Order: sequence, then structure tokens, then C-alpha cells
Amino acid sequence: MNATMLLIFDALLLASIIGLAWAALASADARRSVILFIAFGLLLAVAWGRLLAPDVALAEAAIGAGLTGALLLAALQWQPRKTADTTNSEQPTHTLLETGFRWLVTLLCAALAGMLAWSLTQIDAGTAKDALANAVAANIDASGVSNPVTAVLLNFRAYDTLLELAVLLTAVLGIFALGPAQAGYRIAGPVFTSLTRWLTPLLILTAGYLLWVGAHAPGGAFQAGATLAAAGVVLRLAGRDQIGLPRGNALRIALGAGVGMFLLVGLALFALGRPFLGYPPAWAGALILLIETAAMLAIAATLVSAFIGGQPTEEKTRC
Amino acid sequence: MTDILASLLIMAGLFFFMAGSIGLLRFPDLYSRLHALTKADNLGLGLLIIGLALHLRDPLIALKLLLIWLAVLAAGATSAHLIARHARRREKHV
Amino acid sequence: MLTTQWLYALSGCLLLALGLRSALLHPALLQRILAINVMGSGVFMLLIAIAYRGPGMPPDPIPHALVLTGIVVAVSATALALALARRLTREQPHD
Repeated sequence: MNATMLLIFDALLLASIIGLAWAALASADARRSVILFIAFGLLLAVAWGRLLAPDVALAEAAIGAGLTGALLLAALQWQPRKTADTTNSEQPTHTLLETGFRWLVTLLCAALAGMLAWSLTQIDAGTAKDALANAVAANIDASGVSNPVTAVLLNFRAYDTLLELAVLLTAVLGIFALGPAQAGYRIAGPVFTSLTRWLTPLLILTAGYLLWVGAHAPGGAFQAGATLAAAGVVLRLAGRDQIGLPRGNALRIALGAGVGMFLLVGLALFALGRPFLGYPPAWAGALILLIETAAMLAIAATLVSAFIGGQPTEEKTRC
Repeated sequence: MTDILASLLIMAGLFFFMAGSIGLLRFPDLYSRLHALTKADNLGLGLLIIGLALHLRDPLIALKLLLIWLAVLAAGATSAHLIARHARRREKHV
Repeated sequence: MLTTQWLYALSGCLLLALGLRSALLHPALLQRILAINVMGSGVFMLLIAIAYRGPGMPPDPIPHALVLTGIVVAVSATALALALARRLTREQPHD
């Protein structure tokens, strides 16, 4: 009975997710696509919760749906206007050759999905992947944290996270290289401004809480960084574009803080005769929190910079 | 006893969610849709959260749930206002 | 694999194919960026489904960590793609 109910829930959820993805991608209207895509991201967060992945669910809701949504809505500003006229079809007319080509691509994509599904049948449950999960469970006491996902991210596979922060830094440098900040949003008005008066402190508090709780429960630097970035985005929507994001050298330090702190800790340990990023178990918890704090600041600064679409200008652009 | 009360509250909350969603789909214009959605969702979420807090019986979780509800109330009301104002301004322009 | 794992894994495959098709065929740049995000979500769903071990069992944390990393990389890639697309739109002559 219970299993059947869950199966019905799974089927409904997956049908909604696939339907939303389809609708978002089939539409030619950019605004419609973006809004459907945000709904798609929120339902994905529900799916991650259903599959017992609360860390991922939090990250998806905050980053995948929340901040990506904000970025996409800001991007609507520069969308070419003509797409709004053709409402529902991707393109009104196709030649025979084009139609054939589209069918060929569709067929190849379907074949790829089929092959991928077939390859899943070849997975033998309980072999190599469980060995890794067991290794995590066996070494969790020495990792300095009790949340296994945080242990993998900040200790066992800390290299990956260091390189991920480097990817973030590269992306924001790329955005800065493309020109000065150009706000893709409008200031929301007095009701919103009064909301931000208490929403901003609440978001900062939540970010600190998520950072701290990540050691033993779902949460961590990424979710915290996204929440902190949300505070920055909310301030900008309220017209406060001079606060919440440092400028000049302070911004450079904030953007590089994640990679910098990681390298600093890694090299210091190296100098003390330990492997690069091989924390001594007694210090692991503190070192992880130190790195995560820096990573949170870097992630937040990166995401807010991405939202305003470039390097913040020094002079007051609006008031 | 508390579990029965919690289930009843959760079911009542879900009913309001459903009513709000039906309103969103069936009401003719933007303003009445917003009205249905925000009113029903705020009340529905409130009932759901009281039900969940009763079910879990942990004051710390109850506090977090309450905070979530307050945040959703304020955010929902503000975004409904923003959407309605935007629509109103667009009407005036036409 | 469990039935639940199959359901979610197959949906992941479907999302990947759906995203790939639109990334190749959709005329608008913005929807292509969305399509690549949908592809990524399909891969995430596959990984999370593989990590699932049934109700009440602790799931495998390694795919979860991979997906978390993936979500953050996806948002930074999306931000860069949007900045590139904005610049491209500005450079193009209007018609």
C-alpha cells in the first residue's frame, strides 16, 4: 500500500519534471521558457529530497532554481524582442531537408538515451561503488565532520572542490572580461525595500547556520554561499547596489578567497610534512570550517558578480 | 491523539493548496488568480507547518518551520504585490 | 537496481536526450543554454538514482558530492554563457 502510494508519487513527480523540461525547451518565448525552467528546478529539488539527498536538494533549490533563475530573469532584458511574436512553435516552416535533419537528430538523441538505459542494466549492484561508500563510512571518524557528503567534498575529495572553486573563479573572470556591469533588473519598489530590511539579515543568519550545520547535517559552503548571494541579489533588487559586495581589491580578495584558503591550508600542511590537503584528524574539523568559510564568501561574491553581469563600477550609477 | 490531529491539519493544509492551485488554473484574470494562490497557499502552508510541528514534536524544528512560514508569508505577499503592480502599470500603458 | 532507481534513472536518460535535442535544434540562444542545463539535470538524476539504496538505507554519499559540485559548476557555466550571449546579442546588427 505504502509502496504503491510512493510509486504513484514518483510517477507524478517525474511526469511533471519531464513535462516542464519539455515545455520550457519547446517554447520560443524566452520569458515562458525561463519561468518553466525555474519550476523545473524546484521540482528537481523535491526529487532529490525523495531520493534521500537533502544536501543536493538544498543546493538545487538555492542555486539551481534560485540563483540560476535570477540570472535567467535578468538575461531576459537583452533578449531579442522578435521571439515573443511566434508563440508556440520552434520555427514556423521547415523545408523537407530540414525536417528530415530534425528527425535524424531526434532519433540519435533517443538512441543515446536508449544506450544509456541499457548500460544501466550492466551495473552490478554491490560492487565497486559500494566499496567507495563503505570506505567513506569507515573513515568518517577521521574526517573531522560527521556529514558524509561534507566529508567527501572537503576532505576525501578536497582536490575536486579546490578545482571547482577554480572553475568558479575562471567563470567570473570571463564575465568580467566581457565588459562592465550592466544591470538586467529593475528596482522593485517600496514594499520590496521594507521586506529586504529584515529578509537580508535573515538570509545572512541562514547562511551562517547552513555553513555551521554542514559539518553534521545537510548544508555546507555551497548552500551557505548561495544563501549569502541571495542576500546580495535582494539588496540589488531593492536599489542598494553600493552595499553587500566589496569593490576593487576587496572584491578581488573575496573572489579568490576559496581557492586561496584551500591552497594556503594545503601548502601549510605540505610544509609540515603532511600530504597536500591531508589534514591531521585532530585539526580536520577546524580546517574544514576555515576553508568552508572562505569558500562561502568566494561563492557568494562570484554569484552576485554574475548577477550584476560584470565588475561593479566604482561611481554611483543610480540612487 | 496528537498524530490524528497532525494528520488532520496536514490534510486541511493540502486541501487549501489544492484549492489555490485550482484557482490558479480556473480563475479568469491575473488578479483573482493571485488572490486565490497567495491566500490559499499562505493558509495551507500554515496548517501544514502546524501539523508537521505536532508530528515531529521537536521545539527546535518547530521554530525553524515557523521561520519558514513567516518568510514565505512575507515573500509571497510581496511578490504578489509586485506582480499585480507590474500588471496594473502595463494596463495603464495600453 | 530497485524500481525507484529505475524510474528516476530512466527519467534522467530522457532528460539528457531531451536537453541534447533542444541544444542542437532550438533556434534561440537562451533556450539552448537552458537545454544544456536540462542535460546536466538528467545526468544529476542518473547519479542520484544510482546512489539511492531504498527507504531507510543511507545512500552513497560520493555521487551526492559529485552532483553538488556539478550544480555549482553548472551555475557558473550558465552565468558565463549568459554573459557571452549578451555580448553576442549586443554585437549583432539588429534586424
